[in-house]
Amino acid sequence: MEYFLQQLINGVTLGSIYGLIAIGYTMVYGIIGMINFAHGDVFMVGSFMALIVFLALLALGVTFMPLALLIVLILAMALTSLYGWTVERIAYRPLRGSFRLAPLISAIGMSIFLQNMVQVAQGARVKPLPPVITGGYQFGAAEGFVVNVSNVQIIIVVTTIALMVAFSLIVSKTPLGRAQRACEQDRKMAALLGIDVDRTISLTFVMGAALASVAGLMYLLYYGVIDFYIGFVAGVKAFTAAVLGGIGSLPGAMLGGLLIGLIETFWSAYFTVEYKDVAAFSILAIVLIFLPSGLLGRPEVEKV
Amino acid sequence: MPDAHAGAAAPSVFAVAFKDAALAALVALGLAAPMLGLVTVQTQSGIELEQHWGRVAIAVAIVFAGRLLLNLTLWRPGRKKSLGYVPPKVEARLARFAKYLAPLAILGAVVMPMLPFTERYAIDLGILVLTYVMLGWGLNIVVGLAGLLDLGYVAFYAVGAYSYALLAQYFGLSFWVCLPLAGILAAFWGVILGFPVLRLRGDYLAIVTLAFGEIIRIVLLNWYWFTGGPNGISGIPRPSFFGLDFDRGDDGFAATFGLDYSPLHRIVFLYYLILALALITNFVTIRLRRLPIGRAWEALREDEIACRSLGINTVNTKLTAFALGAMFAGFAGSFFATRQGFISPESFVFMESALILAIVVLGGMGSQFGVAVAAVVMIGGFELFREFSDYRMITFGLVMVLIMIWRPRGLVSTRSPSVFLKEKKAISGSLVQEGHG
Repeated sequence: MEYFLQQLINGVTLGSIYGLIAIGYTMVYGIIGMINFAHGDVFMVGSFMALIVFLALLALGVTFMPLALLIVLILAMALTSLYGWTVERIAYRPLRGSFRLAPLISAIGMSIFLQNMVQVAQGARVKPLPPVITGGYQFGAAEGFVVNVSNVQIIIVVTTIALMVAFSLIVSKTPLGRAQRACEQDRKMAALLGIDVDRTISLTFVMGAALASVAGLMYLLYYGVIDFYIGFVAGVKAFTAAVLGGIGSLPGAMLGGLLIGLIETFWSAYFTVEYKDVAAFSILAIVLIFLPSGLLGRPEVEKV
Repeated sequence: MPDAHAGAAAPSVFAVAFKDAALAALVALGLAAPMLGLVTVQTQSGIELEQHWGRVAIAVAIVFAGRLLLNLTLWRPGRKKSLGYVPPKVEARLARFAKYLAPLAILGAVVMPMLPFTERYAIDLGILVLTYVMLGWGLNIVVGLAGLLDLGYVAFYAVGAYSYALLAQYFGLSFWVCLPLAGILAAFWGVILGFPVLRLRGDYLAIVTLAFGEIIRIVLLNWYWFTGGPNGISGIPRPSFFGLDFDRGDDGFAATFGLDYSPLHRIVFLYYLILALALITNFVTIRLRRLPIGRAWEALREDEIACRSLGINTVNTKLTAFALGAMFAGFAGSFFATRQGFISPESFVFMESALILAIVVLGGMGSQFGVAVAAVVMIGGFELFREFSDYRMITFGLVMVLIMIWRPRGLVSTRSPSVFLKEKKAISGSLVQEGHG
């Protein structure tokens, strides 16, 4: 029982990270209907940004942890957003209206570029960060079983929920969110009604990248080790989460992320660690085959 | 006074270009300063930052100068943005040129190992290039003709390689028996994997094939007792020449033909083997294009909904393309295994799929000649810049993006229709509108 509860907590933590990345996929897919293949690598860039900013702050003598982490969060979001914006500007915007596979191939190129750029710039070795946030709570010691909840896990889950609420409000309440939803439904009509479509799409990428960088920071805090290659597998899993929840749906991405995190954790806990990626990838295939519109998505209507 | 007003208000072309370039440089500074300027290094006492501001300055300077130059030349206001446009006449002439060039290229490939000044290195490189030409042609059936984006093509290459290696290891079967078997097994896997997913739309299909590719690699990596896991399989038997081995023995190839033994014989034989396999792939593809199934592939690529309306069974059509592409990858895989004598999951990573895809895309989807040229340029280029191995992948990714922006249909993008009325005309790829399906 305690093992199960422990895995549940670990799974929810992992699921929060996947969910945050998945939002980036789902928002971009919703608005321009393309898979942003480089998004996983934007996540990787985000985690590197977090590490660099954190180390820079330490070098500058900021040692009060809550303040340092807050600055890291904000700066990493800003710097990674710049990456997201640039990627869209260079690799996707010129291809709008080009043939079907062009943006996806361009995205693969961008993914390869980002990965190798980071490898050359920062070195191929893994980057360990000693635990920044320590401590935690123990439950159930009196009843005879022990379940640990670390402070990092609490911070991850709470931050994720806060960001989810904030971004849901942006999409549902602000003029920007209205513009995004309009572009999602009909880009040409939105343009005719005076919405700056290019700007809206750019901001969508910026939002996705900002959330991915938060996920990157959390990954760094939770695992304590990053390298230039983490974006690929995390990206595919987050995409799976987005598809599972119903691509285009924000709550769906979060739900999908949670499910993928739980499935992966339980698979590793009860079956084999080696095949945990296989489990996640198989779910992707199974969902696409039997439930293409996902759990919370709208069925896609094909118009000629 | 509209004229005077415009004259007064509009800043000079240079000023606009300069301002734009300065903005771009600012963005570049924001991108480069943390990533290139502050390097995380692990030291004895933990992880620390090292400062490298010179790199940042170089990156920003390149962006500024490049943007300024582009603004003043190609992106000059008033200039038509016709970067990727080649007049149809020129394109048609190029296509005709390619028609004569292709036999010449084949002739060149055939005589290359016989030339007196050819070194062993050149033949080895030739084998490598031809392997990728074959893989490119195989994938061209799937991506170029049928328009299905397959990001897991290397999985079938792996199936072919492991089929031969395992059959040889456990049952002692020879290369010539395994070659067709490897192709059949790979095609079989193509059908198994393709059948459930081929109903999906293009970009979903891409991700699912990617997932399958990774699944196969992870299974090969973790199935220790059967595939050797990360250690791979070594000692894979070499191919024989009609039963004659390439060794020093009395019944070896050299002794039978009264030649002095030379390790070069086997290399040359492998070269011709892969050349023949590649040409078979090419020949089959060219013939299939003229059959109803080939036309259905191309119709499917252009507009899936129209195809369905016309009564084409899209699932079967896609499945044949998928299986045939997989089969050729299987052939190439078993060749790879016998050439290397050693295989491990390391050789079948996603990058390989991306590389083969890049060859097809850059060469011009559907163009056999373009794919061959792209394979020669890419693999040759990779070998040429071996010393700069860090930077060549960066360039590779960037080139993929730039080619998509410049010529999304690939370098050779003329389409010669396989069915025509009275006269055959090549059509520029940029003139063809594509349906969405």
